[in-house]
Amino acid sequence: MVENVENPVLELHNVTVAYQRKPVLWNIDLTAPSGKLIGVIGPNGSGKTTMIKGILGLVPLSSGYVKLFDQNLDAVRQKVSYVPQRGSVDWDFPASVWDVVMMGRANPKNIWGRYTPEDWDIVERCLAEVNMEGFRKRQISELSGGQQQRVFLARALAQEADLYLMDEPFVGVDAATERAIVKLLKNMRAQGKTILVVHHDLQTVSEYFDWLVLLNTRLVASGPLAKVFQTDLLYETYGGKLNILSKVGDLIQARQHPMRESS
Amino acid sequence: MEFLPDLLDPNARWVMLGVMAICASSATIGSLTLLRKQALVGDAISHSILPGVCLAFLIFETKAFWVLLPGAFVSGWISLRFIDWISQNSRIKSDTAIALVLSIFYGLGILMLTSIQHSGNAAQSGLDKFLFGKAAALMEQDGYTFLVFGAFVFLFVSLLYRPLRLLIFDRDFALTTGFPVFALELLLSVFTVSAIAMGIQAVGVVLMAALLISPGIAAKYWTSDFRVMLFTSAILGASGGFLGAGISLIWPKMPTGPWIVLILSLIALISAFLGTRKGVLRQYWMHKQNQIKILEENILKCFYHLGEPDASYEQKRSREEIQARRHFPPSRLNMGLKRLGRKGLLASQGGGACSLTEQGIQEARRIIRVHRLWEIYISKYMHLASDHVHEDAEAIEHIITPELEKELEHQLEYPIKDPHDQNIPYAPKK
Repeated sequence: MVENVENPVLELHNVTVAYQRKPVLWNIDLTAPSGKLIGVIGPNGSGKTTMIKGILGLVPLSSGYVKLFDQNLDAVRQKVSYVPQRGSVDWDFPASVWDVVMMGRANPKNIWGRYTPEDWDIVERCLAEVNMEGFRKRQISELSGGQQQRVFLARALAQEADLYLMDEPFVGVDAATERAIVKLLKNMRAQGKTILVVHHDLQTVSEYFDWLVLLNTRLVASGPLAKVFQTDLLYETYGGKLNILSKVGDLIQARQHPMRESS
Repeated sequence: MEFLPDLLDPNARWVMLGVMAICASSATIGSLTLLRKQALVGDAISHSILPGVCLAFLIFETKAFWVLLPGAFVSGWISLRFIDWISQNSRIKSDTAIALVLSIFYGLGILMLTSIQHSGNAAQSGLDKFLFGKAAALMEQDGYTFLVFGAFVFLFVSLLYRPLRLLIFDRDFALTTGFPVFALELLLSVFTVSAIAMGIQAVGVVLMAALLISPGIAAKYWTSDFRVMLFTSAILGASGGFLGAGISLIWPKMPTGPWIVLILSLIALISAFLGTRKGVLRQYWMHKQNQIKILEENILKCFYHLGEPDASYEQKRSREEIQARRHFPPSRLNMGLKRLGRKGLLASQGGGACSLTEQGIQEARRIIRVHRLWEIYISKYMHLASDHVHEDAEAIEHIITPELEKELEHQLEYPIKDPHDQNIPYAPKK
């Protein structure tokens, strides 16, 4: 079940990513609509994080291409924002909440430049949007897991992008933070932003998202919530039917077999 | 005092300034590698510089700084690329790759150094200063070079501290914003290898790693600001260089490197002890403060418990009564009573007896309330038996903030009795 859309905000065409030849994403072909909250769902090791990193050019694609707003990433970087997994950075780094959120205003075209009063206002506003305005001077190592996630979100908001790619923003946060984040995401959607969220909790899927991507190394389904959130498709994603696929993947790695006959 | 003229001669002065500059630069660059979790890479590069120095000497047969420095740089650069290449293109993990490159290059270097020393070439004497560093062997011109390099490092870090901070804190994020991450990393690597190639003249290849990392470690105990940390480590590096080079200039037999490193390690050790941020002494002080708070609150509780059966909270209590209810070491009890008296929570009633003031009753009531609320909370939500909750509440009652207390009251819907069927004392309604 793959439903395609007109004028997609994001398009993956035949995308394959392999780590040391083992395919983690296999021939992914999908389009995503704009202005939606999109959930990327799949079991551990199904390539969810790799898909985000592939979209953002953080891992090389073995085949295929990615289009954002019908353009290459380099042309539209200003319109794309990335929220990495909270655990991917060292929170003992010497920086304050303010310093981290200000990173969202970093401008690659002006690396020497100072921040403008506008940047300051934006950072201030974004801190308020995640209810962290009282923490601006706080050392980041003194934050709780939920607060760290809010800081990451504020940094993304400060980028004022149109497409947000978030990797597991609900992992290790308290219930209050999770509710606050969901509210924030729905607000962003109301402003016409597109938010793609890697998520693993099936309980909350139908409450949070309106478009779903089911992933297990290959694409199982992509489409509106009502059509995709179906027992048979979920079973296909989480059940053991894909064992052969992963066995073939292991074989490719073990024998250093090419993914394409020509390579 | 015959060494004083030595220090005042212009050559020595420039050497001294140069050593301070190179130590400050190495410390700053080293702090960046420390934050990038690449301290070991710095160590590997330092050791890998030796074969380059030896090879440059073998080819050009001179110890001139401008001949040996490129040799040092090239060999350090190759080692860095090797480490990256091995960890990216093989199954060998990066720590193993670092150990591998370090030992192979260093072994090769020592082999070459030994054969040069036994070759009978008169020009070689003094080449071994690269092992442990010798400031006394440096020339005025070397000092200039170090100062110029120091200025470059200062410019690099002060102009680019924001991109550097972004890159080191969150490389993936920096990449997605389109920052010139690879160019920055290349620049950082050039500065790292250059700092090491020059720094070894002062401290030698063996101990270079300590010059790179110990100022950064020390600085981290004093500050949690990126810029302040880099600045502090530069200052610490310069002071270490000043003292180490000074000792070595006064007593030319003394090796410079080990002195610099000893001094810097001492500074790092003292910082770990005294540092305002997570220093041992500060943690000890906080522990003591907690102990005092616990003592005071326990004494107040004791007064409350004594008065609870007949609601006689203002009644004066002798020390014997207090001790009979709950045992305190007499000296601690004395201290606690005095402190509570000073805070206006207790009033002295003569003969060593005290009574709770109005304010004291309020505070005691608050502690008891929090204790009992907490007992209810954990017996309800953690399903603990009522005889298991008291010990837990004894500790937790001292850290519950007024906000948490309100939340507890609200969530438990203002209970009247605790799990031991005792009253929850709320503040009287006004």
